[in-house]
Amino acid sequence: MKNFNGKVLFLDRSDINTDEIIPAKYLTELSKEALKPHCLEDLVMKGFDPATSLPGKSVIVTRANFGCGSSREHAPWGLEVNGINLVVASNFARIFRQNMFNCGLMAVSLDPADIDRLFTDFAGKDVSVTTNLDQKTLEFNAGSDTLTVNFDLGPFDEELVRTGGWVEYAEKKY
Amino acid sequence: MGHTIAEKIFDAHQVDMPFAGVHVLSLDAVFCHEITTPIALNDLASRGLDRVFDPAKIKAVIDHVTPAKDSKTAEQGKVLRDWARRHGIKDFFDIGANGVCHALFPEKGFVRPGYTVIMGDSHTCTHGAFGAFAAGVGTTDLEVGILKGVCAFRKPETIKVNLTGTLARGVYAKDVILAVIKTLTVGGATDKVIEFTGPVVEGMSMESRMTLCNMAIEAGGTCGICAPDAGTVDYLWPFIQNEFRDKQAALAAYAKWTSDSDAPYVRVIDFDCSALSPQVTVGYKPDQVITVKEAAGTNVDQVYIGSCTNGRIEDLRVAAQVVKGKKISPAVRAIVSPATPAVFAQALKEGLIEIFMDAGFCVTNPTCGACLGMSNGVLAHGEVCASTTNRNFNGRMGKGGMVHLMSPATAAATALAGTITEAAG
Repeated sequence: MKNFNGKVLFLDRSDINTDEIIPAKYLTELSKEALKPHCLEDLVMKGFDPATSLPGKSVIVTRANFGCGSSREHAPWGLEVNGINLVVASNFARIFRQNMFNCGLMAVSLDPADIDRLFTDFAGKDVSVTTNLDQKTLEFNAGSDTLTVNFDLGPFDEELVRTGGWVEYAEKKY
Repeated sequence: MGHTIAEKIFDAHQVDMPFAGVHVLSLDAVFCHEITTPIALNDLASRGLDRVFDPAKIKAVIDHVTPAKDSKTAEQGKVLRDWARRHGIKDFFDIGANGVCHALFPEKGFVRPGYTVIMGDSHTCTHGAFGAFAAGVGTTDLEVGILKGVCAFRKPETIKVNLTGTLARGVYAKDVILAVIKTLTVGGATDKVIEFTGPVVEGMSMESRMTLCNMAIEAGGTCGICAPDAGTVDYLWPFIQNEFRDKQAALAAYAKWTSDSDAPYVRVIDFDCSALSPQVTVGYKPDQVITVKEAAGTNVDQVYIGSCTNGRIEDLRVAAQVVKGKKISPAVRAIVSPATPAVFAQALKEGLIEIFMDAGFCVTNPTCGACLGMSNGVLAHGEVCASTTNRNFNGRMGKGGMVHLMSPATAAATALAGTITEAAG
């Protein structure tokens, strides 16, 4: 199972699309590692620069419809090779979400009110998250500020996370 | 309670339900192209699983960057080509026979009502035009599809978009779908199927239905879907004539892939198309849609007519009609890319290619290239493209570029004027 703990990158926008996560011109790469320097390079947001904002982060917290657009699994791969195994959002585009779990990564949906609270209380701070998959909780910490949020995870999604992904699961079962 | 088309297809294909709400479906077709497939093939090989579930159900094409533009894209093509040969995949379309996957595969008769189809490409939703459940998936789902012929889905709810009225002259399927996406918003159909019904759909050619279904994903939809009817049977007849006594028999057999009158819909949108005028996107999201009249006068640097949305023969006919005997503005460069060799050949035969060339268009071979900024028409920073494609994301056709999505008629009129312009009725 992969690591789902670490520093948080806040991206305060809805509808961040796959082309922003990894532009199509890099889809000619045949290795996942080659995507590393290009992740989020077309995301234009005030205060965000992938060269300085991304390194050292393990979790993204964002708004609605994250990963919309293309089916490219290069989007989750681009995140993963940068150390980001967990994205927390109010919801996800279907293909992106499935791709995350298929790779043993997590796309966790929270109530928009919880997302609002995370942005209000934690954005702009040095924030870490600790994930408890058994209890289905995310514990956010910034200095003395702490917030624990419960999340839902379907049993299939959890199985993919625990087994490492869909290929491993399907090869055994079908 | 009745069932929707999507529910009926799910029920007919379910091979497992490992957990509540998770439906593992058998696949009738797995489509592959050279961008998302080679990494899956390399991964299968590295796991010692270099197998395919059924070479006859796998169809493959090199379409995104063709002819190869550099060593990397040449390598992607080679991986796919070698694999197709190694596994006896007969329906593999290489240079000379290749075209944009979502235009080429329907043309070859590879999609039938009631089918389940996946591809590592988000615009796979196009094939729902034939009454199929066709969904874009990532490389891992594709990998399992190739290996096992199955894919897992959560059963999608269906949004019914009932298209009533009649389309005014100069208004096309592209204008309808842009207006529908504006109503739904870019996340409004996430995890849902969009079923298009009503007299406007019934009156549409299969090409137009494909344009509608193609952009279901731009509202987040898993698949667009149209019930099969006489038009579907006519289109498929060359491929199915040995299966049925006559077209009536085919129609009767396909009737099971229609939604029941009491089928459950999560949402029903009645959309009167009579008042619709030509539409265009502004901004970086496909739901940012205004009328062409409102956008009129916006400068463009490039016009692009092509793609899985609008690169079919009827699209080229409409565009050629607009530019016939005229010249494009010296302020723009214009590109037309027939979506398949058959479209190209037909356009040649009808004199459309000559019309485009006389008007000053560049005519390219069939490829997806420009639509996603990979080849054959990439924008420079700050440039604007009037395009018949499906996505206007920031950087989509080239870093720093702006894309305005529109119909082929509007794109053609824009090429002549050099600014966004509504085609003369």
